[in-house]
Amino acid sequence: MTERFMLSRRDLLKTSAAGAALGLASAAFPIRAARAAAATVGFIYVGPKDDYGYNQAHAEGAATLKSIEGISIVEEENVPETVDVQKTMESMINLDGASLIFPTSFGYFDPHMLAMCAKFPDVQFRHCGGMWNKDKHPMNAGSYFGYIGMGQYLNGVVAGHTTKSKKLGFVAAKPIPQVLLNINSFLLGARSVDPAITCQVIFTGEWSLAVKEAEATNALVDQGADVVTCHVDSPKVVVETAAGRGAFVCGYHANQSPLAPEKYLTGAEWNWAKVYKMFVDDLIAGKPLPNFTRGGLADAFVKMSPLGPAVNEAARKQFDATLAEMMKGGFSVIKGPLKSNKGAVVATEGQAFVETAIELESMDYLVEGVVGSTA
Amino acid sequence: MGATDIGLWGVPLAILGGAIRVSTPFIFVSLGEAITERSGRINLGLEGTLVFGAMTAYAVAVMTGSPWLGLLAAAAAGLCFGLFHGWICKFPKVNDIAIGIALMLFGSGLAFFFGKPFIKPKAPNLPAIAFGAWSDIPQVQAALDVNVLFLIGAALSLVLWWAFRNTRAGLIVRVVGDSSDAARAMGLNPNTVRLVATGVGGALAGIGGAYLSLYYPGSWTERISSGQGLMAVALVIFARWNPLGCFAAALLFGGAGALGPALQSVGVTQGYYLFYAAPYILTLIIMIATSSPTRSLTGAPGELSITK
Repeated sequence: MTERFMLSRRDLLKTSAAGAALGLASAAFPIRAARAAAATVGFIYVGPKDDYGYNQAHAEGAATLKSIEGISIVEEENVPETVDVQKTMESMINLDGASLIFPTSFGYFDPHMLAMCAKFPDVQFRHCGGMWNKDKHPMNAGSYFGYIGMGQYLNGVVAGHTTKSKKLGFVAAKPIPQVLLNINSFLLGARSVDPAITCQVIFTGEWSLAVKEAEATNALVDQGADVVTCHVDSPKVVVETAAGRGAFVCGYHANQSPLAPEKYLTGAEWNWAKVYKMFVDDLIAGKPLPNFTRGGLADAFVKMSPLGPAVNEAARKQFDATLAEMMKGGFSVIKGPLKSNKGAVVATEGQAFVETAIELESMDYLVEGVVGSTA
Repeated sequence: MGATDIGLWGVPLAILGGAIRVSTPFIFVSLGEAITERSGRINLGLEGTLVFGAMTAYAVAVMTGSPWLGLLAAAAAGLCFGLFHGWICKFPKVNDIAIGIALMLFGSGLAFFFGKPFIKPKAPNLPAIAFGAWSDIPQVQAALDVNVLFLIGAALSLVLWWAFRNTRAGLIVRVVGDSSDAARAMGLNPNTVRLVATGVGGALAGIGGAYLSLYYPGSWTERISSGQGLMAVALVIFARWNPLGCFAAALLFGGAGALGPALQSVGVTQGYYLFYAAPYILTLIIMIATSSPTRSLTGAPGELSITK
């Protein structure tokens, strides 16, 4: 039986010679292929790229690069935050000749992207999130992110004018700083209208769990929440379920108004097209890419969905005024005196954290008025 | 809407509502698997069938505008998957568990491939019957909006329970599942019976998928299932291959799954990860409490490869 699988010495030589020739050929071709385009840019998504959410926002940004002369893009979707993403990055580099890679999901960074940074020092990696640190991480890595909390504040302003029950709902995935900032901003925006408003938060524990998100939305509406927003990968289920129960919704990540045109108030959207174009322009010009990129509404990293038909005049006015204020820069959502919902002081009288404040990127509290817990 | 403050009553109401809303895919997949396993085969591929059924139902509903045609198409697709499993497994030395795992991956992959253009469009939903119309509390009305598939599932579990004991077809499936030799001696062809049983099981799983994409949560995305198909297969063992048990276990799972969000919504916010684990902890406790080292599982079909 085993003899069939044994190679003779001669066969072994033949096979390895053929293998070596193939290896040489494949080593030669990618270089030529890579030169045909000025640069190849790789995008990796954790879910489907038309999910009405996080991944769609990135994919729409990536799609705008296709029109740039000399740039070709490669994309892969549904890549889990495991060693799989390392394989995807390796194949983008070795087979497609990518010189700049955007792994867009939070969990891709450590250890996966860092391992690839060490293995391919000539390739640039930029991760979406706030994790890159000059002292700890290599220079061919970096991070970019937007101050979308401001958008959730504006969502809150409109929600505050719309709610009748004075109860808002928030379906959140995991209690990480960006999510907590969004929840706090949403409530503080609403409290700028009426300080009696509260916001109930439900954590689902995962970025994408359709049935649990629907259950969470139902539970919020059952408890009287009449404006619901969320921070999950795909807000589709939350938007549809809430609108189906008669509640209003504020969107997140991308524009979900086609899903519930009557009930959609507004939404905080990413504008990654702007960010990706910035990187690619630098790449074409041969300039070093920035390692730490941040921007908000004023920098057009973030944008708002057009206001829906249910938004009343007072809400429109305050929305426009607040937006104009934010566009000037230096607007603070978190400002004293402010307590967490456990009673701890998070900002003293006169203390204010502007959107760029680095303290906000390690937020670990929910503010007073949010009903929920981070653990 | 939302005008009535129901406070803590929200929790039992959410569990009731959740049991009705979330349990339906579990009911169909576990009833399908119960039929298949009673005939002596295990089809682990029902997770893939569920996802493919969800995609097919949604796609057909989008294209034709009729959720019922979508449901039919999902059942037909599920039937094909089941028959394929049954057909391959009739060959000697083919392991049904391995084929099931292969079909699970194949079904999901194929659904993702064909499902791409259907993530964006909106399909019409299956209708629900408003059993809560007597109440003027909107939350009660919402919890008692019962989808017709749930009712069909409930009736089906009753019919199957009766049929396994009292009908010729039921007894044939059981004898094939308990002893191939006895079945052959009676002039039955075990492979044909198992082929049909696996096919019917697949069709039911397809219907379970249609419920996911056409009613609750009611949209097609690639993350629609989060493992319901696999859990349902486990439920069958938990329910000791009894269709009524399958129904009860599915209700239990649905209700326990609603516990986490409901508790958070009334302000019990500590330790929600633990509440999310409630259904699994419950399963473990019941499994341990009812197991015994001295006898095999009661009700287990004798020909099943995992109990042989």
